[in-house]
Amino acid sequence: MSDMVLDARRLLCPLPVIRTQDAVQQLQQGQTLRVLCSDPGVVHDIPAWCRVHGHEVLSIQEGEDEIVIHILVCNPD
Amino acid sequence: MPRTPRAVALISGGLDSLLAARVVMEQGVHVEGINFYTGFCVEGHTHAIRKKDRARPKRNNALWSAEQLGIKLHIIDIIDEYKHVVLNPRHGYGSNLNPCLDCKIFMVEKAHEWIEANDFDFIVTGEVIGQRPMSQRRDTMPVIARDSGAAGRLVRPLCAKNLPETLPEREGWLDRDRLHAFSGRSRKPQMALAGKFGFTDYAQPAGGCCFLTDRQYSVKLADLWQSRGRRDYELDDIILLKVGRHLRPRPGFKLIVGREEGENKFLEGYRKHFVHMFPVSHTGPLVLLDGELGEGDLELAARLTARFSKGRDAASVTVQAGDLDGNVQMLDVVPLQGQDIPVDWYL
Repeated sequence: MSDMVLDARRLLCPLPVIRTQDAVQQLQQGQTLRVLCSDPGVVHDIPAWCRVHGHEVLSIQEGEDEIVIHILVCNPD
Repeated sequence: MPRTPRAVALISGGLDSLLAARVVMEQGVHVEGINFYTGFCVEGHTHAIRKKDRARPKRNNALWSAEQLGIKLHIIDIIDEYKHVVLNPRHGYGSNLNPCLDCKIFMVEKAHEWIEANDFDFIVTGEVIGQRPMSQRRDTMPVIARDSGAAGRLVRPLCAKNLPETLPEREGWLDRDRLHAFSGRSRKPQMALAGKFGFTDYAQPAGGCCFLTDRQYSVKLADLWQSRGRRDYELDDIILLKVGRHLRPRPGFKLIVGREEGENKFLEGYRKHFVHMFPVSHTGPLVLLDGELGEGDLELAARLTARFSKGRDAASVTVQAGDLDGNVQMLDVVPLQGQDIPVDWYL
């Protein structure tokens, strides 16, 4: 279970990152966000965004048509 | 104890903005990055739509720069507000539909709003006098500072010594002697500074970061405006201009033809919003039809679809067409031959 699910499918980077950034701002430290994506670029960009902002990527599941990234909010801005 | 000065750096992902931020960080300023997404940005991931390009290493260069610098990066969606810049540039376009000077003014203006909202002190950009023919000239530098509203709070660390003193210098937040006096198109000073800072793997120096500087892309955008009789666009319009082969056989409609599996898959997401077609008797592209179809246009589109399929040399190709209401029809057509497609249909 996640505290929030973000549907970023069909969006091309950097929009999934921007939507993730907006969603994380609504969460508190310790809460989790699950991001559903289809652009393969998110596998690099969302973890990079998490690293520079101090959040933790708990898992990345890559399917044929969908990528799911699970994020732990560690240090909300 | 005095508060540490705080700056936001416009980070494009290129070398100059990376260096400019680093020069200011060297002087003990707290720096965070800001990157604006206009919809026209050239992202490696747009190419990732194409399956053949998926093996290429992908990264968002702005995020990569932020990681190299160890700073936060705020990526801001300015798609809607940016329309005004593209559609009504006060200072005109460059060689294509690139409104570079208005774009820079707008981004610095947005950064200025951001520093006011977030209690930061000044703005840093990687501009260098003489680096770009339209937006980075000696006479445009003060225009950007004035029209953006940032005025003395705009610092260009790479060429600051060639410009009047700024507020952070007057306040003692920055030592002018430790800023630079780069000018012109040479990249050597930047390369040398990158070496000094230990940056070895940076994005293509001074590379274009905007599709509007691309001639072919601008042709397609101008065609879009002309065909609709108005200068406007939505995000999907400008994304679709980056994808597929575009042909306009009639003034009223255009075909967007997937060039390979990755593009076909991406275009699938638009099937509900466009009349579309694809061959069923042979392997071939998904084709979106944009505009109003007149008599005979559906068949013409089907023949073009067949042309770009594996059945291009077959006597007949069966094409399935779907409309916006979900109705489907089959068309058996003779593929159009290459010589029957006028060159000016290709955008």
